Amino acid sequence: MTPRIVVLGVGNLLLSDEGVGVRCVERLERDHALPAGVRAIDGGTSTHELLEDLEDLDALVIVDAIAGAHASGTLVRLEGDHVPSTFSNTLSPHQHGINDLLAKLALLGRAPKKVVLFGVAPESLALGLTLSPRVEAALADVCARVVDEVRALTG
Amino acid sequence: MAKRITIDPITRIEGHLRIDCEVDGGKVDKAWASGTMWRGVEQILLGRDPRDAWAITQRFCGVCTTVHAIASVRAVENALGIAVPKNAQFIRNLMIAAHAVHDEIVHFYHLSALDWVDVTSALKADPVKTAELAESLSSWHGNGRHEMTATKERLVKLVDSGQLGIFANGYWGHPAMKLSPEVNLLAVTHYLQALDVQRKANKIVSILGSKTPHIQNVAVGGVANAIALDSQSVLSVERLLAIKTAIDELEQFVHQVYNVDVAAVAAFYPEWTKQGRGVVNYLAAPEFPIDERGTELETVGGYIANGDLASYQPIKTFGDPLLRDNVAESVKHSWYRGGKGALHPYAGETVPEYTDFQENAKYSFVKSPTFAGKPAQVGPLARVLMAVAAKHEPVVGHLTRILGTVEALSKSKVPLDALHSTIGRHAARAVMCAVQVDVLKRQWQRLMDNLAKGDVATFEPPVFPKGEVTGFGFHEAPRGLLSHWVVIRDGVIANYQAVVPTTWNAAPRNEADDPGPYEASLVGTPLADPERPLEVLRTIHSFDPCLACAVHLADPTKAPIAEVLVQ
Repeated sequence: MTPRIVVLGVGNLLLSDEGVGVRCVERLERDHALPAGVRAIDGGTSTHELLEDLEDLDALVIVDAIAGAHASGTLVRLEGDHVPSTFSNTLSPHQHGINDLLAKLALLGRAPKKVVLFGVAPESLALGLTLSPRVEAALADVCARVVDEVRALTG
Repeated sequence: MAKRITIDPITRIEGHLRIDCEVDGGKVDKAWASGTMWRGVEQILLGRDPRDAWAITQRFCGVCTTVHAIASVRAVENALGIAVPKNAQFIRNLMIAAHAVHDEIVHFYHLSALDWVDVTSALKADPVKTAELAESLSSWHGNGRHEMTATKERLVKLVDSGQLGIFANGYWGHPAMKLSPEVNLLAVTHYLQALDVQRKANKIVSILGSKTPHIQNVAVGGVANAIALDSQSVLSVERLLAIKTAIDELEQFVHQVYNVDVAAVAAFYPEWTKQGRGVVNYLAAPEFPIDERGTELETVGGYIANGDLASYQPIKTFGDPLLRDNVAESVKHSWYRGGKGALHPYAGETVPEYTDFQENAKYSFVKSPTFAGKPAQVGPLARVLMAVAAKHEPVVGHLTRILGTVEALSKSKVPLDALHSTIGRHAARAVMCAVQVDVLKRQWQRLMDNLAKGDVATFEPPVFPKGEVTGFGFHEAPRGLLSHWVVIRDGVIANYQAVVPTTWNAAPRNEADDPGPYEASLVGTPLADPERPLEVLRTIHSFDPCLACAVHLADPTKAPIAEVLVQ
């Protein structure tokens, strides 16, 4: 059976690099053919509304900006229980929402079998509709890594 | 010694609210409500085509968006004096009611129930006893021991994993938490079931509005839904029947679960009928027009002064002069250029003048609206009180039913005066949710009956005259009376003001320095543990503010000594 996998890009497009997850989904849809069973979703700053799309997945791959001491443009990959721990130390408000969402899925008994987070360290969170040059430059690599991940997951 | 509590925003998604309380002798002594973000949409609208205003005003918010689309087209239609086809009214009404049901369910379970429900206590509950209790209260199919056991097991697993997620920031073990472990487990189970139910209401909005948040189907002059009963691409019988199925499922949940749970919280927290009274001038709009010009509406609205139902003055139709002539906004304590006294919205100005937080001068981006010169509380409680004053049976019936459940559970009489309170606002919201479900059923039937007559019109193109026209549109939104006011000159917007529900309720002090409803409602609130001011949040959340906030507790020197996130 084809596995059910979602690539979820989250972020606020108004706050430059904060929107990197959404920019990644846009790029995936434009430039990449994802394997059968894999859906890319622009999660924006939604929370509740995403619940139905994320239920009973074989794998959930989240792409988002991530806080930490990394140089801007650095890509970080986290898996399993490390994902909600990262989100509980929030960089931005919608991350609180993603953490909530994962907890709700667990309480409903419909959590994804596997959760992977690709986090991109931002350079700027200022008001602005475009990514900073460093994060923009990292985007192609982020997309390639996401595609590799879902290919490995779909076998 | 007086302590100062500041509740300050963290979210960048929705509106921003800050609450400051001065606490003395274990009680709130004074309070200030401050909106900390400038909206600015009114300025964006100047010089634009009035037909675009609804799409732009929806962007006031990312949650409560439909309401601004509706109020905006009504304002422009009022300015032009035009009628809209009946089908358009029914389709708008269905979206309005479905949006409200969604908002009310989500508000109670997902945004405020955890003020009353202690999740960690649920870990100690006996699932079998919980199911027995639940089945004694209601015939809901999700009340069995299997459901209660499954919830408890998943909750234990979540807590053991150390990933509390949604429940990480609650006031667990707070002395003001009073429910038994079994009632807490029941509430958590319904919290999860409500996650499934709320989306049924949202689906109605998205079937009709093409998407939500931010519906795409309204237009000045009607709606953009083409109706063809046998086509896949437009509003078809299949879609209309999907809406009916969702309405029936919502009715079951609202009656058998939401209404019962609110009654139970009210019965177990009787002391909260004595807190949070605040401003008892009430203002509400009638809603759900069933004719082309909004002269006949399904629910009642009006004004009640000083909590006295005998003072009720009805607002009867779209364009009603009682509302048109009595609204004004003061910026004496708001970060706008002022000096002209309180202004009617047609003459309203929105020029920012930020000064930093000055509690005796300007301290908020929210203006201070008044009705006949007085602050007024808006929201479900105002709607319910108008209905009681007008003896409007479709509302009074549900009120009597829900208060009956409270009385049966608490084994005591609940006087009407108990509604002027924190818990009264929750009860009123539960009443109105049941009313909105009835409205959904009736509006759906009206739409079907009208279509059966062969009338499929949904739009009448507007014509804009030369010269100046003014108009206002009101809408009774989930959080209360919303009004948009527009001045159109030679077909473009010359002035635009939105007076939103949270402007009424979160208003700073007005021209006469009277506190607004949030501010007044907090005075006298006792705090069991000033380090964790749960009681302040209970009252503020009872108004359904469209916000997430952080509580920063500061000592008198204003150095933060604790920070607790809440939603």
